[in-house]
Amino acid sequence: VRPCTICASLATKVFVQRDYSDGTTCQFQTKFPPELESRIERQLFEETVKTLNGFYAEAEKIGGSSYLEGCLACATAYFIFLCMETHYEKVLKKISKYIQDQNEKIYAPRGLLLTDPLERGMRVVSFGQRGAWGMARVKGDWAWVLGNWAGPSHR
Amino acid sequence: MSVMVARKKVVRKWEKLPGRNTFCCDGRIMMARQKGIFYLTLFLILGTCALFFAFECRYLAVQLSPAIPVFAAVLFLFAMATLLRTSFSDPGVIPRALPDEAAFIEMEIEATNGTVPQGQRPPPRIKNFQINNQIVKLKYCYTCKIFRPPRASHCSICDNCVERFDHHCPWVGNCVGKRNYRYFYLFILSLSLLTIYIFTFNIVYVALKSLKIGFLNTLKETPGTVLEVLICFFTLWSVVGLTGFHTFLVALNQTTNEDIKGSWTGKNRVQNPYSHGNIVKNCCEVLCGPLPPSVLDRRGILQQEESTAQEGSCLRGPGTQEPPATQGPGQAQEGGMKQQDGSIPLPSAVPAPSVADTEKPEEKQRTPGELPVPPPDAGRAEH
Repeated sequence: VRPCTICASLATKVFVQRDYSDGTTCQFQTKFPPELESRIERQLFEETVKTLNGFYAEAEKIGGSSYLEGCLACATAYFIFLCMETHYEKVLKKISKYIQDQNEKIYAPRGLLLTDPLERGMRVVSFGQRGAWGMARVKGDWAWVLGNWAGPSHR
Repeated sequence: MSVMVARKKVVRKWEKLPGRNTFCCDGRIMMARQKGIFYLTLFLILGTCALFFAFECRYLAVQLSPAIPVFAAVLFLFAMATLLRTSFSDPGVIPRALPDEAAFIEMEIEATNGTVPQGQRPPPRIKNFQINNQIVKLKYCYTCKIFRPPRASHCSICDNCVERFDHHCPWVGNCVGKRNYRYFYLFILSLSLLTIYIFTFNIVYVALKSLKIGFLNTLKETPGTVLEVLICFFTLWSVVGLTGFHTFLVALNQTTNEDIKGSWTGKNRVQNPYSHGNIVKNCCEVLCGPLPPSVLDRRGILQQEESTAQEGSCLRGPGTQEPPATQGPGQAQEGGMKQQDGSIPLPSAVPAPSVADTEKPEEKQRTPGELPVPPPDAGRAEH
């Protein structure tokens, strides 16, 4: 008999929302969610979110190099993007590697799974319960496992 | 397992995306549903330019300079490239919330507002944020079940929330939003220049030729000229005006949507918090700023089993879309279930966008056999 998925998934995941205080740039709230109180140290959580915020700030940085890229792309009628990766895409790859790294080192030992915000349309960073059957290794950049809630430890 | 059917159809995520878009080239191209006016735009541009190159250019290249058709060709190619980029790219659609995220947000809202009795429409859900010392309200989108980021708006024609929504343009057959605004602006700019160019050189052609063979004879020889001049004349008034308007918007870092609603004008309104206060900076940010990639993973593979009633929509990769929003709660639960069950086989086939898709079908066929067994056991073991 399968447990109620909607109820289970409510308890399974914690979503860290976007922080719009600095405009429309992609930043996530560093406020520590109470649901993670017993699962992870506050400092580690804050460090992860702050590093992610730093990466996104780097991706969206408006400066000399981004202008150069924009002007060059415009001059080639944007055909250059057929062969070249944008700066943003490069940083997103770095982010996914970082998230994978964090999951291996910090979150998996605590039975949690951090998902890449890109999978959620850059709206939230979600912390989920890692499934009992473990993390599947995937080809490509994003590790994805959806866990089932281990009931007893949270009753 | 006999439940798992050997026949697996490779279904890509774009086929299951909610919203009223059409997709072409297996998800590479994304447009609105109504494309008629877009075809008209294409026809007008291609037709006028074809006439120009075929008739006037031949005469002018010889009489004046061969640079004339060359420059026209460059302008034409640039206009076409930017038009196609605007029409075919993702304007910055925000994927709808998956059931778990939507439920989480509902919980948060209920915690703040309290539950509303059944049958009553809940009050509009608004969150207040402070951006650069201005209070900006975030609205909750009932269709997409998310709090819309600032400057995002829901396009009723495409039924999607779009970031930095400008407007829905039927002439390009797509919404204009964060990701394709610069292409749109460059398109109308280059089209204005092209129109002015063709108009001017048509006049020059008629003037030059009239000197030799007379005005009426010129028109009889190349009747296309009249047509071109007419089209250019009407296009000039509309497109050049539009370019001027959008130049104004770019300089102030505003969107058409905000301008129409008067978000930043009027004495009781807040000032535009997104403007840098400097025209050059605003232009640079809007036109040359970093280009965010699409978060809709249109070409990611969605595993679809052809067995029984369960239509699994298993999550994978970035920008996942959950069809259960349109399929109803019963299916949503099954979809959710499928996620958990499907997590083992699917992640092994989860594609990063850059990874070749050809690997996936083989991997998918390998793993499904394990599907039904682990979750119930794991669940029971934990209980």
